[in-house]
Amino acid sequence: MDKYTAFNSKIVVLPNENVDTDQIIPARFLKVTDKVGLGDNLFSDWRYDGDGTPKPDFILNQPEIKGRAILLAGDNFGCGSSREHAPWALTGYGFRAVISTSFADIFRNNSLKNGLLPIIVDKDTHAQLFSLCEEDPDTALSIDLNAQMLTLPDGRKVQFPIDGFSRTCLLNGIDEIGYVLTMDDKITAFESLPGVR
Amino acid sequence: MPQTLFEKIWNAHVVAQDPGSPAVLYIDLHLVHEVTSPQAFEGLRKRGIQARRPDRTFATMDHGIPTYSRDLPIMDEMAAKQIAQLEKNAADFNITLYGLRQNIEKQGIVHVIGPELGLTQPGMTIVCGDSHTSTHGAFGALAFGIGTSEVEMVLSTQCLLQRKPGTAQVRVDGALQKGVGAKDIILGIIAKYGIGAGTGFVFEYTGAAIRRLSMEERMTVCNMSIEGGARAGMIAPDDATFEYIAGREFAPKGADWDKAVSAWRNLPSDEGARYDATFTLDADALEPMITYGTNPGMGIGITGRVPDPAQIGDLSQRNALTKALGYMALQPNQPLLGQAIDVVFIGSCTNSRISDLRDAAAVLKGRRVSPTVRVMVVPGSAQVKKQAEAEGLDRVFTEAGAEWREAGCSMCIAMNGDQLQPGQYAISTSNRNFEGRQGKGGRTFLASPLTAAASAVTGVVTDVRTLLGVPFGMLR
Repeated sequence: MDKYTAFNSKIVVLPNENVDTDQIIPARFLKVTDKVGLGDNLFSDWRYDGDGTPKPDFILNQPEIKGRAILLAGDNFGCGSSREHAPWALTGYGFRAVISTSFADIFRNNSLKNGLLPIIVDKDTHAQLFSLCEEDPDTALSIDLNAQMLTLPDGRKVQFPIDGFSRTCLLNGIDEIGYVLTMDDKITAFESLPGVR
Repeated sequence: MPQTLFEKIWNAHVVAQDPGSPAVLYIDLHLVHEVTSPQAFEGLRKRGIQARRPDRTFATMDHGIPTYSRDLPIMDEMAAKQIAQLEKNAADFNITLYGLRQNIEKQGIVHVIGPELGLTQPGMTIVCGDSHTSTHGAFGALAFGIGTSEVEMVLSTQCLLQRKPGTAQVRVDGALQKGVGAKDIILGIIAKYGIGAGTGFVFEYTGAAIRRLSMEERMTVCNMSIEGGARAGMIAPDDATFEYIAGREFAPKGADWDKAVSAWRNLPSDEGARYDATFTLDADALEPMITYGTNPGMGIGITGRVPDPAQIGDLSQRNALTKALGYMALQPNQPLLGQAIDVVFIGSCTNSRISDLRDAAAVLKGRRVSPTVRVMVVPGSAQVKKQAEAEGLDRVFTEAGAEWREAGCSMCIAMNGDQLQPGQYAISTSNRNFEGRQGKGGRTFLASPLTAAASAVTGVVTDVRTLLGVPFGMLR
C-alpha cells in the first residue's frame, strides 16, 4: 500500500444520511474477480439513468468536481454489507478521504486497509463544513494524517481521531497481513494450547 | 470479575496484543463465498503462500448462483466466471467446497449451511466476508462479517487484527402474541433504536422472549444485528442450542461431545457482568412489523401509518424521510395495510430455514396466491429444500401458485437475475430495503414469512392475524 501523504483538495458534498454500500456500489457490480473499474460504477444508481445516461443533477456528473479527493457525507456513512468493493470504488474514483459524523464499523475497517481515510468530526464541525461548501462550492481542505488535522480555508484547524495503529500503517504504507505473518510462532503456540483444536 | 459471553470468547482467542495495537484474534471457523473471496486468494498467490488452516475453512456459493434448475447452465458469464474461480481457489488451496459440482447436496446460503452442518458451535470465533455472519451468534459464538483484505488475512494467518468492541445488552422481555415472531422482534428493535445504534457494539440478546425462541428464530434475530449497526449479535447457549447441534456432521461426538457441552455451559454471561449500553423491547406489545422506507430502521407495526416528514424536527432526518417516501412512492400518514404489491420473496439468510417455510406453508395451504403477484420461495440450502419436499411443503407452494426454487441468496441481493423491475413493490423476508437492493428502482417492504405469505394470498399488504382460518396453533 502507498504511504498516505498530506494533501489539499476541494470537496464533493453528498448530504445524504445513512449512505449504504448498495448505493456506493450496487451488488450487480460485485461479480468481478479483481478490483479494476469499480470507480466507474461508484454511486451508479444515483449517477446514471436506466440506459446509462449520466443524471445531470447528481454531484459526480458536474464537471467542476473532477479530481476532487474529499467526500463530505451525512451521518452513518457506509452502512450495510461488508463488501470491500465500496472503498475500492471510492478510491478507484479518486477519493482519499470521507468526512462524516460516523461510519459503519465494517466500512471503516475496510477503508483503513485501502488508503481511504474515514474522518469523524463532531456535529458542529460537520454542519460548518456543509455551510462553508454551500457558501463557496470550491472550498478546499488540507488533510494531514500525521498531525490528525483538517485545515479549513480560513486557517482554522480541526483535530480528528484515529487509532494509533491504523495511523502508523497508513502513514508508512504497512502491510497488516505481513505484520501478522511475522507472528507465526505465537500463532503456532496458541494453536497447541489444550482446548484449541 | 464477572464477564459477559462476549468477553469470555474474546479473551479466550487473543493470541497477542502489543501495547497500542489491536488484538491478534484467533479465528476458529472461516466461511467463504464466491463474491468476496477472489481478490483474497489472489493475494495469497502473490505472496506465494498457502492457506494456514484449510481444515478450518469452508466454502460455498450462494450470492451469484441461479435459483432455476441446476440442470441448466449459468447464463450470466461474469457470475459463471466468479463461480469457476471459487472452484479453482478451493481446489488450489485445499478447502472443502459445497458447490454446484462438489457436495451439491450440502450447498446453500453460507449462514444457513454453517449451523446446518454443525460447523457453527458455541464459544467459537467465526468470520466470513459477509455482514450477515452475525447469524452464527445465535449459538453463543462471536461471529462477524469482514472485508476481503481481512479474508486474505484469515486465510494467511488464521487471525484477525481487531479492536475490542463495546457490549450492549438487548433485552426483550414478555411473550410474543400469535402471528408475531423473531423477524418482528429484530425489526422492532431496529425501528426503535435506528440503524446506527449498534455501531461499535456487539449485541447480546437477553430476556424471556429471546430464551423461548427456537434456534432458527434466534438465527433470524442475530442475522439482522448488522442492520442495527452491530457487527455481531449473540445469544447465550442453552439446552436448545445443544439439542440443535447434537448429531450434526461436524458436531463433537461421544466423550468429546460431553466435554464440549460442559465447557459451553460456562459461556453465558456471569451474574453482575456489565454492559456498556442497554436496549430494550417489550414483546407483549409487539405487532407484526413492516418497513415502509429505504433502510431497515424505517419500520412500523403493520396496523400503523407511514410517518409524516412534517412532524420531524431534525432537518437531515426530515430530508431522509422525504427522499425515502419519494423513492417508495408512499404518502405521509397513509396506512400500509391494503397497499398493492407485485412480488413476494420468501428466502434469504434471514428467513429461508425449514421453520420459515413451514410458517409460509401454514398460511398458503389450501389457498391460492393472488393472480397479480409473483411469489418466489427460495430455500436456504439444498438440505432445507430436501426436508421441505419430504414434508410436502413444495406442493403446498406450487399448488398455491408460488415458484419453488433452488437454494441461494436470490432476490435478497438480486445479483443472480432474480430481481424486481423498476417501480415494483415487493414484500420480502430478507434483510435490506435499501434503494435498488432487490433490483434497480425496486421497492421493498421487509416483513416476516407469515406476513409475506398472507400478503401473497391477498395481493396487498396484509396483517396475517386477520386472515380467517389461519391455523394459528401451527404458527407458533
